[in-house]
Amino acid sequence: MSRTLVVAGHGMVAHRLVEALRSDDVDGTWRVVVFGEETRPAYDRVVLTSYVDTWDADALVLPGAEYAGDELVDLVLGDPVESIDRDAKRVTTRSGRVQDYDALVLATGSRPFVPPVEGKDLPGVFVYRTIEDLDDIRAAVERARQRRGRPAAAVVGGGLLGLEAAKALRDMGLSPHVVEMAPRLMPLQVDDGGGGLLNRLITDLDVTVHTGTSTSAIAQDGDRLQARLGNGTELDVDLLVFSAGVRPRDDLGRQAGLELGERGGVLTDETCRTSDPDIFAVGECASVAGRVYGLVAPGYSMAEVAAATLLGREASFPGADTSTKLKLMGVDVASFGDAHAATEGSLEVVFNDAVNGSYKKLVVSDDATTLLGGVLVGDASEYNLLRSLVGGELPADPAALIGPAGGGGDAVGVEALSDDAQICSCNAVTKGAINAAIHDDGCDSVGAIKSCTRAGTSCGSCVPMLGKLLAAGGIEQSTALCEHFTQSRAELFEIVRATRITTFSELIAKHGTGTGCAVCKPAVASILATLGNGHVLGGEQATLQDTNDRFLANMQRNGTYSVVPRVPGGEITPDKLIVLGEVAKEFGLYTKITGGQRVDLFGATVDQLPQIWRRLVDAGFESGHAYGKALRTVKSCVGTTWCRYGQQDSVGLAVELELRYRGLRSPHKLKSGVSGCQRECAEARSKDFGIIATEHGWNLYVGGNGGAVPRHADLLVSGVDTDELVRIIDRFLMFYVRTADRLQRTAAWLDELDGGLDHLYAVVVEDSLGICDELEAAMAEHVANYEDEWKGVLEDPEKLARFTSFVNAPGAPDPTIAFETERDQPVPVMLGVPEVVSR
Amino acid sequence: MTVLSDDRSAGAETWTPVCRVEQIPVGGGVAALLDDGVQVAVLRTDDGELHGLSNIDPFSGAAVLARGIVGDIGGVPVVASPIYKQNFDLRTGRCLDDPDVGIATYPVRVVDGTVHVGVR
Repeated sequence: MSRTLVVAGHGMVAHRLVEALRSDDVDGTWRVVVFGEETRPAYDRVVLTSYVDTWDADALVLPGAEYAGDELVDLVLGDPVESIDRDAKRVTTRSGRVQDYDALVLATGSRPFVPPVEGKDLPGVFVYRTIEDLDDIRAAVERARQRRGRPAAAVVGGGLLGLEAAKALRDMGLSPHVVEMAPRLMPLQVDDGGGGLLNRLITDLDVTVHTGTSTSAIAQDGDRLQARLGNGTELDVDLLVFSAGVRPRDDLGRQAGLELGERGGVLTDETCRTSDPDIFAVGECASVAGRVYGLVAPGYSMAEVAAATLLGREASFPGADTSTKLKLMGVDVASFGDAHAATEGSLEVVFNDAVNGSYKKLVVSDDATTLLGGVLVGDASEYNLLRSLVGGELPADPAALIGPAGGGGDAVGVEALSDDAQICSCNAVTKGAINAAIHDDGCDSVGAIKSCTRAGTSCGSCVPMLGKLLAAGGIEQSTALCEHFTQSRAELFEIVRATRITTFSELIAKHGTGTGCAVCKPAVASILATLGNGHVLGGEQATLQDTNDRFLANMQRNGTYSVVPRVPGGEITPDKLIVLGEVAKEFGLYTKITGGQRVDLFGATVDQLPQIWRRLVDAGFESGHAYGKALRTVKSCVGTTWCRYGQQDSVGLAVELELRYRGLRSPHKLKSGVSGCQRECAEARSKDFGIIATEHGWNLYVGGNGGAVPRHADLLVSGVDTDELVRIIDRFLMFYVRTADRLQRTAAWLDELDGGLDHLYAVVVEDSLGICDELEAAMAEHVANYEDEWKGVLEDPEKLARFTSFVNAPGAPDPTIAFETERDQPVPVMLGVPEVVSR
Repeated sequence: MTVLSDDRSAGAETWTPVCRVEQIPVGGGVAALLDDGVQVAVLRTDDGELHGLSNIDPFSGAAVLARGIVGDIGGVPVVASPIYKQNFDLRTGRCLDDPDVGIATYPVRVVDGTVHVGVR
């Protein structure tokens, strides 16, 4: 007979609790009923700001948060618990539903803190906490935009949440003011030195910062607001957002007579149990041993502890690492351990590089042997390593860890860390646990460590350290292309580029073994093609190609091919559309509209291909490279040309980009899209490189993917003009083409790139490696030398001769190919799989 | 007469001339249609050796092996099916990825520069 657990609240921590309980409660001893206040299941509030990029709320929902298929979890949304009857062990919800419990977990989170300022309830004043809050802010921005063009906004609060809100406003195209009472931004995380630099970096981003002043009153001024600051400044704005911290939502506990913490929050012991033994509290509404935590990682830790306790296991909250690392509007900010040097006798080591915008401080013990904490602003690349060193003996002179030469990553290796050093702070995974996974559980790749320990599965910043731990454990991660080449694809690319080798036979003779295979031959063919060695079917290259590239069409299951002419941007004239129909009719081809906004013609035999191409090329078509590991399409919406909401000419840009990058051979296929506004009708964020128009120019997103493992593309640059956009895409594509593994889409490449998006930004935007000129020149050469591959075959009798079904009977029909009619079109009939010779 | 296939040519009853040697690309293949409708993939390794295999990929039923990539796996000369990429031993027809599966082989010989496929 299972007992009933009621969970009040369905945020990130509540979800983690249900997940942890359900995964460990194998016998189903608990039935769980969750009551959430919001109308959608738990979503990732940490990345709430990213909602502005897509306005797609579903993108934020946490995986598995609907508990589909789990009969032991009942999720009730939009109906929060309103009262607790502890004697009857029963809760009542807003709708009046009554639910008995054997145990109750309070996970009601926190509410935004709004200081008691006159005018705080006026229309146009918002808080920043939920998806609905952002929807309301967006609506206010749109209304103000229609009234007077570019709206003005202010954010009250210059801490972590305030700057997040400012970022959201900035992403909506505004230049917000930020008002902070403390003398610096992010007062809890950084010191004065770091705050000074942060102020400068944030101001550079078109944000006006007012520190050391309160907001004394807000007044209505026509359809606008006037905010008066304590220092006398008056701000005329269209909207104002309070984002000045949060307070625990402890009302339920208070009403039920549970003990509260001194600073609010439902008081619990270290097992997250409240003063009522049947009631637990976790997350931001809890005051664990008198302390409230406003970060998700301690909340997750509480969720695990409460779940374990409910299952009768011993667990206690270990206290939390309140270290934080974040990127605010592209500015890295991190603090860890005793960032404010509160420890008696502690010493500070500061490295302040105002020129390069980097501030680093370490706090060490009085004898300078132990790292206590630190602050990093502008460049937080050493955060993971430094944070894991906290509390342990310093492996080197503290100045060497943050100084300009080397820096932590180079000065100290992972070997220096103790076993209890936390490598993944999101999921609290120690070096010891990861080493155990490597040595005891046989994890031999970063992916295996991720699924075994959860390390690296949240923010991903520790992924490079996972690789280093594997290497330190003697696990060699083979990057060999195949048995014929010990080199990785990226290494072979560099070899071919540097040595100017132009044939596979020379490459394998000098740098490989054997005769090659279906893995290395197409990979090398692709490298040779990227570096410009003429037609992909020229000379020895022809037999290296996978069948699709070898016949410049897509092989289908019955051995026939499909033909896809290029339709740049999906824009096509009626006359050309008619030609496609005529060709399909003449050759009896099945036709289907593709997802990339073009037409696919199926069922062509090898000997029909050149005849079909002849008709298409004569009508002005060219190859669409649907067969190649190359640029496929640049999908577009109609943009300003037709759409009432369009902000830029998305079709024009899509056509330009498709014509620019057509034919570029790459490690895998490349897809792109251009949307004319934030409504994103071209689904650009599911593409390898996607562009979304704003009123200020173009936003470029990279590393997106649809398919089996969807990934939303990450914003690389925003508000750029077309020239700058094209320049950055040139660099991005060439950098990817040079460094990715075989068959690695940009999404996987970016996930595995050391340093991730930050590194990519540094290389292709800031030119940190000094290779941008070279990348652009390589792309310029590609563009200049592009030729239609179909035409190249039609003009060359030798290449044409290969397009015969039977060498001894040209023109004879292949007896294995037959069609029947389905929905008025020809479809293949398989004539049966032939006899298999058993050995 | 040059016999470029192995001694499996012994016992072949009929030989069909299919093409000139130079029509078969090194590291590639061509398909030949025999009188009884049988399709043979004639494949040429990088060192010039010729092999005859059934052109039909047993996993898909499509007549495509002549369009596969020729190479070696651990020194065994192979062709990879372009449909699902299984490798077949050019000498025996055995599938390297599924030892229970194999395909028919055909002797191949070259006479005065003309390639002949034999049928037992």
